[in-house]
Amino acid sequence: MARAGKVKIDRERCKGCALCSAFCPKKIIKPSGDVNSFGYHPAEVRDLKNCTGCGICALVCPDVAIIITRKEEAA
Amino acid sequence: MANTLFVRPETLTPDPFHYCPGCGHGIIHRLVAEVIDELGVRETTIGVASVGCSVLAYKYFNFDMQQAAHGRAPAVATGIKRVLPDRVVFTYQGDGDLASIGLAEIVHAAARGEKITVIFVNNANYGMTGGQMAPTTLPGQKTTTSPAGRSVDQAGYPIRVSEMLATLDGPAYIARVSIHNPPQIFKAKKAIRKAFETQLRGTGFTLVEVLSSCPTNWGMKPAEAFSWLEKNMLPYFPLGEYKAASGVSQDD
Ligand SMILES: Cc1ncc(C[n+]2csc(CCOP(=O)(O)OP(=O)(O)O)c2C)c(N)n1
Repeated sequence: MARAGKVKIDRERCKGCALCSAFCPKKIIKPSGDVNSFGYHPAEVRDLKNCTGCGICALVCPDVAIIITRKEEAA
Repeated sequence: MANTLFVRPETLTPDPFHYCPGCGHGIIHRLVAEVIDELGVRETTIGVASVGCSVLAYKYFNFDMQQAAHGRAPAVATGIKRVLPDRVVFTYQGDGDLASIGLAEIVHAAARGEKITVIFVNNANYGMTGGQMAPTTLPGQKTTTSPAGRSVDQAGYPIRVSEMLATLDGPAYIARVSIHNPPQIFKAKKAIRKAFETQLRGTGFTLVEVLSSCPTNWGMKPAEAFSWLEKNMLPYFPLGEYKAASGVSQDD
């Protein structure tokens, strides 16, 4: 069973604090170059296929801006 | 097959938090909401918000809330719990609110063994008003009212609230936790859950002190602020259980 994670970021809730990127074990989530309507740089996942769906980004997110689903696939 | 691993707790309203980027209040709100969801007590919970950055907490929790005058949340919670003893009643207070202006209220609520839960957020300063020195500000820590660093000659020493209240007979559960990294966030949630479970058993006063960060007033990036907390606050404010049915245990 391979695990694939799916991270959904609510761009309008994200304040670009970058705690998710500081704690992501794969270092694949980072504030983007875009701005949301509050002027923050919302986080984005750069390399979703490397995401294991571990949930650490959501755990440390102070704005509950991240939702995670995990896909279980037969190897 | 996709299963949802992490969703917004139902106990949080859809309102976005007004807190600064990286502020610990949002994490702590979410932990409280998750515990209330897990215990299935949303319909019977009443929260008391304090004065400080979390003054608007009533907007974010999807249960009944009352907002109290500065420092008086434990007195308000006492009244609510005594009139409605079947409700789960908690206060959510900062260190300025609880340990300065509200010190008498918290000590007496604890000494009386009021069957309430207190979520005490220690971020080592007054966040809302611009980062002034609090009773929990560390020796040498720079704040807007201690620009050269807190001088213990002039301002005395920080108060360790958990240790102090644990000397009383009224409390049934007192713990100090932190949220500076993922394992600590899990531990913090466990302690918050234990406090609410203890209230449900009705054995006494319960308090969880949560060490948190204030990146804006500390003048640090959010991740840097968590490192500062770990390096500077943990030695002065050791984590662990200071009062529990199973005896006390301090983390190393
Ligand atoms: C009677 C009274 N005195 C002083 C104030 C000013 N005041 C507002 S919030 C606050 C302290 C808040 O600090 P804390 O409780 O640590 O919460 P934080 O904002 O850090 O979350 C003070 C002194 C007030 N609102 N009312």
